[in-house]
Amino acid sequence: MADAVQIPDEAEVRARWGNFAFTPENMEKARTIIGRYPEGRQASAVMGLLDLAQRQVGAETSTQGWLPVPVIEYVAAQLGMPYMRAYEVATFYTMYNMAPVGKFHVQVCGTTPCMLRGSDDVLAACKSKGLVKGGTTPDGLFTLNEVECLGACANAPMVQINDDNFEDLTFDSTVALLEALAAGKPVKVGPQIDRQTSCPEGGPSTLKAMVTENHDYRGEWK
Amino acid sequence: MEVSLQDKDRIFTNLYGFQPWNLDAAKKRGCWDNTKKLLQIGADDIIETIKASGLRGRGGAGFPTGMKWSFMPKNPTPERPNFLVINADESEPGSCKDREIIRHDPHRLLEGALIAGFAMRARAAYIYIRGEFIYEAKVLQAAVEEAYAAGLLGKNAAKSGYDFDVFVHRGAGAYICGEETAMIESLEGKKGQPRLKPPFPAGAGLYGCPTTVNNVESIAVTPTILRRGADWFKSFGRENNAGTKLFQISGHVNKPCTVEEAMSIPFRELIEKHAGGIRGGWDNLLAVIPGGSSVPLVPAKEIMDAPMDFDGLRALGSGLGTAAVIVMDKSTDIVRAISRLSYFYKHESCGQCTPCREGTGWMWRVMERLREGKADVSEIDTLFEVTKQVEGHTICALGDAAAWPIQGLIRHFRPEIERRIAENKGGQMLEAAE
Repeated sequence: MADAVQIPDEAEVRARWGNFAFTPENMEKARTIIGRYPEGRQASAVMGLLDLAQRQVGAETSTQGWLPVPVIEYVAAQLGMPYMRAYEVATFYTMYNMAPVGKFHVQVCGTTPCMLRGSDDVLAACKSKGLVKGGTTPDGLFTLNEVECLGACANAPMVQINDDNFEDLTFDSTVALLEALAAGKPVKVGPQIDRQTSCPEGGPSTLKAMVTENHDYRGEWK
Repeated sequence: MEVSLQDKDRIFTNLYGFQPWNLDAAKKRGCWDNTKKLLQIGADDIIETIKASGLRGRGGAGFPTGMKWSFMPKNPTPERPNFLVINADESEPGSCKDREIIRHDPHRLLEGALIAGFAMRARAAYIYIRGEFIYEAKVLQAAVEEAYAAGLLGKNAAKSGYDFDVFVHRGAGAYICGEETAMIESLEGKKGQPRLKPPFPAGAGLYGCPTTVNNVESIAVTPTILRRGADWFKSFGRENNAGTKLFQISGHVNKPCTVEEAMSIPFRELIEKHAGGIRGGWDNLLAVIPGGSSVPLVPAKEIMDAPMDFDGLRALGSGLGTAAVIVMDKSTDIVRAISRLSYFYKHESCGQCTPCREGTGWMWRVMERLREGKADVSEIDTLFEVTKQVEGHTICALGDAAAWPIQGLIRHFRPEIERRIAENKGGQMLEAAE
């Protein structure tokens, strides 16, 4: 894997994260997640708990978090599963970061529907602001990755930054977005043009009654 | 030409989220309206109604939904219960419909989950939602909690006397988990690597118990089908292609959008009515991928007046898939567009079967050379042959899905690939002459 991320030195990682444990709030959330699965099937909760752990690492480092080996060991122990089974899961799914990321994890969708509508421009905008694919900016603010289809194709091109989608982007609106984030200014989530979600730009071609009221169409059923 | 679908016959009335998603608002739109009465139809009769409606699975394969439900054991035991798994791992490039259902009308899905779960005698449903749908998962979880608080789910769900749980399970970024057995593996806390079939999930699925995996849209339309009748649903679309369908139009149209239309609507009508036409006009249309990245592209002249349904697109050597319509105009670098899909499949191959693990990477690398014309003409045939060797030789259909777009490209755009090779060779020879 030529594009493999650089995982920090193991001894340092163990020194920093060897004593990792869920906060009381996260422990409560973990119990809720485990409770969704039948008795003896708690391994099903591994994905949820790894996500929780990554978020806690993020909160403790003011970044979007990652999964150091001792943290994965902790999660595996919580679920009574071998470390290797949890490690397999952590490395299989792309949303688990195997190395530290920045405060903003910028994930540009580059798959064909976004490509057709200008994801090259979005990536160029990122580059113009000093973001490098697969890397984190020296100030620790932005990590950039090109990712595969994020399922917002009718609002292409788009980028997911942390937990939010920013859609219908152009070069300029991407630059503006990155600048606002860097300056700590509020940003508008969703389409960056004047548009309601995946409705056609300029207003809906269907269901116009729904725009202004929660219309009940049942009266028109025959 | 068919009369177009009227608003009163649209199922997803809050598709764009102009109105709130919550239980109160959803009830005013008709969700959870005397669900108990729907369940009193009886499990077997619900399945018969869904069969009669002609509903075919909305996740891509188009398998008859009612028939799928009927494969489930009729007398599950507490030790070996039936499970319903709802596939909300929407990751097929071009597809973005389940997202709209979940974030804007989640109660339609939850009511459908209860009805489908009851019909197949399931003890619980797991909704597997893709990890990147973070906001959508929050909405869905909140909707589940609302439904529990209102007594619509859980013990004696909707006062029907039936106990039924719904749980949300978040994925973490793996396209392959949209494959039903990979999804089951993932739900069990493992890598999402597809299982060999048989045994089929209806025999041994989640935790070894009988399981049916259905797409979000398939489940979410069932309450309305029961309320309005199989004949109502069947009145839309051509024979064997019944119902209404969420189309997701992306790419080079003037107004990309998601829209619910009658099945079998002609491509031209769909685009003109809802997507504001092709960018640069109809003469500027190059090709369309009509059903998400896994189906072969169709050249402009073949698709313009084709009916958008399972059989109509199959007749063109493609498929309806998820009805994710990716439109490409003449400015498109068509080889790059398909090569980018090859990269997608290389990235998403789970690595289990050799033809797919090695083949997807190999095919992408050759596609990249073809894109630049740095290849020999004979390699086009070699590539085609390799796609045929990947296709059908893997546990799941990801190998097929990686092969088909390339086959479609070679079938329809071979002269373009040859042109690039010829141009590049010309350049090399000039260089050599200097």
